[in-house]
Amino acid sequence: MTLLAARGLAVARGGRWLAEGIELTLERGGAALVTGPNGAGKSSLLRVLAGLLAPAAGTVARGGRVAWMGEAAALDPERALAEALRFWAAQDDVPAAETRVAAALSAVALDDLADVPVRLLSTGQRRRAALARVVASGAELWLLDEPASGLDAAAVARLALLLEGHRGAGGAAVVTTHQPLALPDAIEVAL
Amino acid sequence: MTALIWRDVRRYYAGGGATLLVSFFLLVATLFPFAIGPDATLLARVGGGVIWAAALLAALLPVERLVAPDLDSGVIDQLIVRGRTPVTIALAKVVAHWLAFAPPLLFATLVAAALLDLSAAQLLLVLAGLALGTPGLAALAVATAALTAGVRGAGAVAGLVMLPLAVPLLIFGAGTLTGGGGGLELLAATSLVLLVGTPIAAGAAIRAALE
Repeated sequence: MTLLAARGLAVARGGRWLAEGIELTLERGGAALVTGPNGAGKSSLLRVLAGLLAPAAGTVARGGRVAWMGEAAALDPERALAEALRFWAAQDDVPAAETRVAAALSAVALDDLADVPVRLLSTGQRRRAALARVVASGAELWLLDEPASGLDAAAVARLALLLEGHRGAGGAAVVTTHQPLALPDAIEVAL
Repeated sequence: MTALIWRDVRRYYAGGGATLLVSFFLLVATLFPFAIGPDATLLARVGGGVIWAAALLAALLPVERLVAPDLDSGVIDQLIVRGRTPVTIALAKVVAHWLAFAPPLLFATLVAAALLDLSAAQLLLVLAGLALGTPGLAALAVATAALTAGVRGAGAVAGLVMLPLAVPLLIFGAGTLTGGGGGLELLAATSLVLLVGTPIAAGAAIRAALE
């Protein structure tokens, strides 16, 4: 089953064309790695794939639910971490939200901080919390914008493992990065 | 949708929004007796209108916190990825804003009515008018918040955008007090038009802010 199909995609920001002619098809278990220098349009391309930005040309079709990890954590700073994640799990309408959130928190090694308000988390911990939301969502297609930025080596290794597990379970992922990330057999999209 | 509304309402009260609103509203209402003198009959006559003007200004107070923080923190991105449309998000924000600011405002009106020495009949008219007019005010505030999200110094611009658009509500709202026929119906109609129209405008503004 095709989870993502982009045909003749062009990305523009503020009237400036950043990339064009992008073809990308992801089946179950597939992954794509978007690379390029700063300002090349990696994030914009990912926003187009997520449906947050309209493409300047071409089409995007998504064959499943999408989990989005952008630059901002989108977790209410005054809430406890687990509570903030449960809000999104409820939005995702997944069964057994409570256990899913707990499992996702241990997957990113944040289970000790479940009751700590989000505002007290460090930058790297916030990135891991955003990743926990992706894990808990149960969505087939993960779109991760610079998921490895601000993470320590152990957390980057865990991220690679999570991606591997997700693909093994029949999911697909598109990841932008400017640092090395183990993503075997990924289609490379160089901007 | 319910969870989203509830989240906004909770954040409003937890952030001290209600206290701020009530204090601001009462402060504006007490400015008038200072400005026009302590003549009880004059105050009782203009009191209803004063409350309406104060309500309008109070509704403007939280505009900067309604949409812009959710755009910055990526909450709106997350909602759209989950299939919520910008119009649905705007509508949820209107309902939440109304639930957050109308009850404290009606409560503060009781206090202001005592300060301004309004008669019981006038107070009833003001309360009925505010109950009908505040949904329109909430809708207008959310649309203004969406339109000015991302503008630097949005608070001042928001006033320029919202206050002229709120003039019909003010006219019909204050009009109910003089007892002209159909005042409350006209006010309800204006409120309804704003409720239907502004989420569409706010949705378009949110969509544009994502670009």
